[in-house]
Amino acid sequence: MESNLITEDKQKNKLEKVFEILKTMASRPSGLIGLSIVLFHIVLALISPYIAPYDYKAISPNTMLLAPSAEHWFGTDSLGRDVFTRTILGGRTALTVTFFGSLIALLWGGLLGIFCGLVGGKIDDVVMRVVDAFLSIPWILAMLLIVSLLGTSTEVLIPALGFFYGKGIVRVARAATHDVIAKDFIVSARARGHSNMSIIWNEIIPNVRDAILVEGAMRWSWMLLGFSSLSFLGFGVSPPTPDWGLMISNARGLMSFAYWSVIAPIVGLSSLIIGINLTADAFAKALGIDRSTKAPV
Amino acid sequence: MLLLILKRIGLGLITLFIVSLITFVGVEVLPGDACTTYLEREAYGAALDTCIKRLGLDVPAYERYLDWASNVIRGDFGYSLSGEMPINEVLGPRVKNSLVLASVSILIGIPLAIVLGIITALWRDKLPDIMISTITIFSMTIPEFISATLLILIVAIWLGWLPGIVIIPSDATFYELLSNIILPVVAISMIMTAHMARMVRSSVIQVMASDYVQMAILKGVPYWKMVFRHVLPNALLPAINVVALTIAWLLGGVVVTEVVFNYPGLGRLVIESISNRDLPVVQALAIILASIYVGINLIADLMTLMLNPRLKSLQIRK
Repeated sequence: MESNLITEDKQKNKLEKVFEILKTMASRPSGLIGLSIVLFHIVLALISPYIAPYDYKAISPNTMLLAPSAEHWFGTDSLGRDVFTRTILGGRTALTVTFFGSLIALLWGGLLGIFCGLVGGKIDDVVMRVVDAFLSIPWILAMLLIVSLLGTSTEVLIPALGFFYGKGIVRVARAATHDVIAKDFIVSARARGHSNMSIIWNEIIPNVRDAILVEGAMRWSWMLLGFSSLSFLGFGVSPPTPDWGLMISNARGLMSFAYWSVIAPIVGLSSLIIGINLTADAFAKALGIDRSTKAPV
Repeated sequence: MLLLILKRIGLGLITLFIVSLITFVGVEVLPGDACTTYLEREAYGAALDTCIKRLGLDVPAYERYLDWASNVIRGDFGYSLSGEMPINEVLGPRVKNSLVLASVSILIGIPLAIVLGIITALWRDKLPDIMISTITIFSMTIPEFISATLLILIVAIWLGWLPGIVIIPSDATFYELLSNIILPVVAISMIMTAHMARMVRSSVIQVMASDYVQMAILKGVPYWKMVFRHVLPNALLPAINVVALTIAWLLGGVVVTEVVFNYPGLGRLVIESISNRDLPVVQALAIILASIYVGINLIADLMTLMLNPRLKSLQIRK
């Protein structure tokens, strides 16, 4: 009975803490803007298939490159497809792929980093050398190679992106673990005879979680940038799936007279990336973590 | 001190060795070898045999690795599949073009970043800071291909000031390049400057709050003298490493920028060789780009070591 009460209490505290963090994030104007943009995009991604006025893949020679009008709010592209429809649908793949990609990156990067930080010694040295080596290969070269050999399906993109954006998290998680590991409560847990696994789960993860989550939020925006760059280069989503990166690259050649079909996806993608960035920044500030002195890795 | 430097160089070399292993194993493990990938549907009979002979794919993998690695150390990357010419000849002009683009961007970007960083730090949370910081956040977060596309749309198409796309052969001379690279340079240095300016800003703010600066203020050192004598040298030191990481990180972004502007540098070669499925060139590019990354980081670490007397007696940063 008593233990039940305690867990209930804990759960309530957790919810309250999440609410508290959200409130702190929204109390700054930049955080509020960021949160609302991200929320808007998520809601849009969920409802867009139901509110899209046209079929996103309907090609029509009669409606090629029309300027914005009452029927076609954002005009039409070079194949006669409605740009408004394609723009509101354009974030769905990107959001899904990068969300699950970041989750994978967080999981493997975080756990490997904590493990290396805790174990130290030879294993740590070897793993960090390999991580360094992966960090020094430009992500775009590796991603392009994988995608060109394995194909551009989401089953390839999600794990590949998750892997390549997780290696930076390894370093962050490892450094955070190093900060925690010398503290008294770890020493006492060791003295109580707890196993490594139990120490990781009960002592280290609650203490390094914030740092890793903030890093993960940041990675999400970088992964979105990386994913749309791949699409832009023709190595991401395959047509006719609507995707902002792909739309920009297709419409670019004709933008001297049909600028609307390039502006709409640009606004979509930029606003989402800026929104995620602002949110991640506000998240870091709400948790009291300073990211301003870090370089992108 | 000398030992530290040697150790740091050793670590860099080990990293490069692992990179070479990763690229080799990666190409080996992923489906399809260089010949079947390159020839695609024509991968049978005599064409496949000659290709396998030429690349030596009929010998065991470890022998090929040793052979390839020892050639790379001697600076010979072998032959490209598509042009059937030595990779060194393919790379030469591209490396030069990318170097021109990168160094012009860095020459503009670093001083600008330092100035902007100092301005935003000294007028922290006032109008100049708010304005510049908003702009830097925008140019940092917006993908390279979007800022490049917008630049072309606004400057080249709507205003008609500059050519939007670089139309030069890959072996163009330095002067031919210079007149054509204004927009690519703006696109690249915009992002680079934004990253570095933010770094300089937070570094300056940190130093301004330190005891010795408070001491200098109490001693009555004039404001600007204090800024230039006491704050800047200490604030810029930690920035070196971040600058290095930012430059190295841009290697990926430069690929996209070069494609947008059709600039014949290393970045476009990455895309071309991958589209042509020319694996030997991809391998060579991986090694070269990784060496640049390791080299830049090495130089940054050594510079920090040289400039910071406190680090000389300490263990080197892992």
